[in-house]
Amino acid sequence: MAKKLPEINSSSTADIAFLLLSFFLMTSNMAQDAGLQRRLPPMPDENQKVQNQKVNRRNIITVKINSADRLMAGNEPIDVSMLKYKIKEFLVNANNDPKLPEKEMKNIEGYGQYPVSKGVISLQNDRGTSYQAYIAAQNEIVKAINELRDDFSKANYGKPYLNLDEDQQKIVREAIPQNISEAEPKDVSKN
Amino acid sequence: MAKFGRSGKKDVPGLTTASMSDIVFMLLFFFMVTTTLRETENKVMVQLPEASESAKLERKDLAAYISVGPPIQRLQAQYGNDARIQLNDSFRSVDDIRDFIATERESKSEADRQFMTVSIKADENVRMGIITDIKQELRRCSALKIMYAARKPAAD
Repeated sequence: MAKKLPEINSSSTADIAFLLLSFFLMTSNMAQDAGLQRRLPPMPDENQKVQNQKVNRRNIITVKINSADRLMAGNEPIDVSMLKYKIKEFLVNANNDPKLPEKEMKNIEGYGQYPVSKGVISLQNDRGTSYQAYIAAQNEIVKAINELRDDFSKANYGKPYLNLDEDQQKIVREAIPQNISEAEPKDVSKN
Repeated sequence: MAKFGRSGKKDVPGLTTASMSDIVFMLLFFFMVTTTLRETENKVMVQLPEASESAKLERKDLAAYISVGPPIQRLQAQYGNDARIQLNDSFRSVDDIRDFIATERESKSEADRQFMTVSIKADENVRMGIITDIKQELRRCSALKIMYAARKPAAD
């Protein structure tokens, strides 16, 4: 006696698919690896003589953080919230101030001549500096550079840096380089 | 209204649960696979610092992780609450980083080795001394691509 098989109820598969979908959505968002990417300078060769890296003093801004998480930029104490403006002022050098970094006319492929700032930001910290303060300072410096890049790309391409295509981003990166030097550990407690 | 009323009197066909087991198995397999991938147990408490400019790491498979922070509550009786370095599954010292980087390099394919990023996951209350030691050691091993892991502050 062959019984008639009841039809498979497929109404719940949609629910299950949604459940899976929402699960994937949530988990993939949670485990996001983000952070500030940096390139460390290579270790100087012991056999090699220390090259005299002469950098003009006007091209360097030293940002120091002491063990009490106080900041010094240039030669004056400064608050973290003001660091961004200080860095921007340093890198832009709108009035060609002889105390601020010089600019070099560079031929950027696909763009043309652009005066690229030779400014270098040197970040020094104490062993007792808290990681939080260090990252906060790093973040402000990156923010300054990102904002300058945004300004540049908005002026030239009419949209923010992140919306540009690969080649354009490369041009912007060349025009406004991210020169952050994380120097050897130094005792900055005396300053 | 009448339409719906009539249909209610019909016999509801039996619900076949034959496919249910397939789906449950699929879920089970999925969970099994994902849980075996991440076996490292956190032995340090890491509360990442906030950084609004943090960018996403593009190649997650090419990352090596160094966690720095105080040991978790359960292990504090044994190890104290000073910041410690965790590599893979155990507490290590700065000198072990060299071996760790070497093995991590081995595990990546030849072409991708130069793109390996070392992600430093440090607690926000850690002192810079230990981070500087790690950075110097990484420079010595010429693992120069690093990332300070940070989280984006909650949008306000």
